[in-house]
Amino acid sequence: MDETIDLMEDTTTTRRKVLIGMTAGVGAVGASFAVVPFIASWNPSAKAKAVGGPVKVDVSKMQVGQKIQVSWRKQPVFVIRHSKEALANLVQVESKLDDPSSMKIDEPYRGANATRSTSTEYTVIAGVCTHLGCAPKYYPEMESQPWDESWVGGFFCPCHGSMFDIVGRVFKGVPAPTNLKVPPHYFDGSILTIGEERGTA
Amino acid sequence: MTQKASGVFNWLNHRLPIVNTYERHLSKHPVPKKVNFWYMFGALASVVLIIQIVSGIWLMFGYENTEEGAFASVEYIMRDIEYGWIIRYMHTTGASMFFAVVYLHMFRGLLYGSYHKPRELVWVFGMTIYLVMMAEGFLGYVLPYGQMSYWGAQVIISLFGAIPYIGESLEIWVRGDYYISGATISRFFALHVVALPLILIALVFMHLVALHEVGAGNPEGVDIEKHLDENGVPLDSVPFFPYKVLNALVAIGIFGIVFSIIMFFFPEGGGYMLELANFEEANPLSTPEHIAPVWYYSPYYAMLRAVPDKLGGLVVMGAAIAILFVVPWLDRSKAASIRYKGVLSKIAMTIFVISWIMLAWLGTVPVTALRTTLSIIGTIIYFSFFLLMPIYTSIETSKPVPERL
Ligand code: HEM
Ligand code: FES
Repeated sequence: MDETIDLMEDTTTTRRKVLIGMTAGVGAVGASFAVVPFIASWNPSAKAKAVGGPVKVDVSKMQVGQKIQVSWRKQPVFVIRHSKEALANLVQVESKLDDPSSMKIDEPYRGANATRSTSTEYTVIAGVCTHLGCAPKYYPEMESQPWDESWVGGFFCPCHGSMFDIVGRVFKGVPAPTNLKVPPHYFDGSILTIGEERGTA
Repeated sequence: MTQKASGVFNWLNHRLPIVNTYERHLSKHPVPKKVNFWYMFGALASVVLIIQIVSGIWLMFGYENTEEGAFASVEYIMRDIEYGWIIRYMHTTGASMFFAVVYLHMFRGLLYGSYHKPRELVWVFGMTIYLVMMAEGFLGYVLPYGQMSYWGAQVIISLFGAIPYIGESLEIWVRGDYYISGATISRFFALHVVALPLILIALVFMHLVALHEVGAGNPEGVDIEKHLDENGVPLDSVPFFPYKVLNALVAIGIFGIVFSIIMFFFPEGGGYMLELANFEEANPLSTPEHIAPVWYYSPYYAMLRAVPDKLGGLVVMGAAIAILFVVPWLDRSKAASIRYKGVLSKIAMTIFVISWIMLAWLGTVPVTALRTTLSIIGTIIYFSFFLLMPIYTSIETSKPVPERL
């Protein structure tokens, strides 16, 4: 009888509140620890991380102006062999570009070559549109296109109409926010290795 | 009934409220005496939900959730399992019909102001269902691992990449790999067949419990709770059994016929329900010429493409869905039903419907300059309809709503 009345008294209610607060606090900490494995298990597994080693390709057979597609980590990588004139003309297209010097992204070989690669002749870029990941298509001809009347050659993404120049630099006013990425690579003569820097393996 | 059987039944009924629940939520449940065909789509949505669950379980018997096996296992279901093709087309047709029925159900809500007080929460539960359905449909579309599965998923998952700072890591986390791989398929599979259906069923349950608490609305927007008989039952209501069962059964019958015609004769829905590119296995190196979503996502896709900015596109698309949640608080009209609303509401509704259909079409066709302009106009109309709603519903004069149904 007295017990029940006691429980209603102020001292016990504060005590109860403190206890409830502490229990809730410990519970919350426990719950956040318990969540970790559930979230972390969605990260790429050790197996997924292990595949995706570098790939090698002989680029000596490529024609000038040709583009080939290499699969690295199951993603397309474009290799394009440019003529001297095409590279010299790159300056002209710069007024249409959003970020001609690739300042917005982590450009691995910035300023080295007009090709953006470690070579003076070949461009090596990820064929993954920086908008929503489609593979842009290569339209090297200098001719009017449905999406651009003064097209001077480059990449057009069929998904939402982003445009890039022949070395993968993005145009202004298109949905893609940044230039196509340049993956790590090096040339050993005509053998191109994609997926690692020289001497890192 | 024999003595024994009723004995067993009584035993059960004393331990489980069978009769009570049946009477309260089904047979004696009071429903407005005058409703029209628009009020059938909720029942039809429940029917499709069951079709999806049953056909889905049967698909699981043959489906393989791996990168190497997924595409082939779907072909196996289609070609080698007896009647497997019916099971699969039932599920794919069901997906489209689910959205068709739910869109009509939602449109009924807009038309007759079903979200008005006291049914706001019914609407919010409904919207949550819609959101989960969209996720469910997307996850399911990835499972066959065809070209459209792959590239559609590539585009949608890349949307996460638009989120500042964490975007790129989030993308990898969602995929569980550096591309849409077996890891992605197996988690999408688990979500599609277990996690989201559980959530969906729970939400439908809440949707109906909330609805039965306040009672169903009607096309006149009359509050039938104002006039009750001596037992507290609205005078303008009839018990579901026997008065409304037949209506529901007829609706389900007609629906079954339409469903079967589509399933047997147009299972691809002209490429809008099952896209032709998805009859080819996923190729991570080659994007199909033209990527379009299935029809029920296309209005949002048109809005995404209308915005020439990655983050902006995502925000607009998200906002287009989010704004639907708050419609009950945007509509200030005294009349719930369009029948008694003013002329501004009627004009707004007409323009909205036209522009929604236009957006749905635009989302399925390749971009051109003109179509982009139209998408922008459609997007502006879509948002204006909702954002201006507090204004036009409060300045217009609505007709007086009758007392009785
Ligand atoms: C799996 C999906 C759904 C199922 C199974 C379902 C089921 C139902 C059923 C059986 C009813 C009563 C009959 C009728 O009025 O048609 C109902 C009413 C209602 N539903 Fe849904 N629904 C679903 C999705 C939605 C969605 C997406 C919304 C809107 C965002 C929504 C909003 C409403 C509203 C506002 C009512 C009350 C109508 C009134 O009484 O005037 N529902 N629902
Ligand atoms: S994915 Fe290339 S423009 Fe959208």
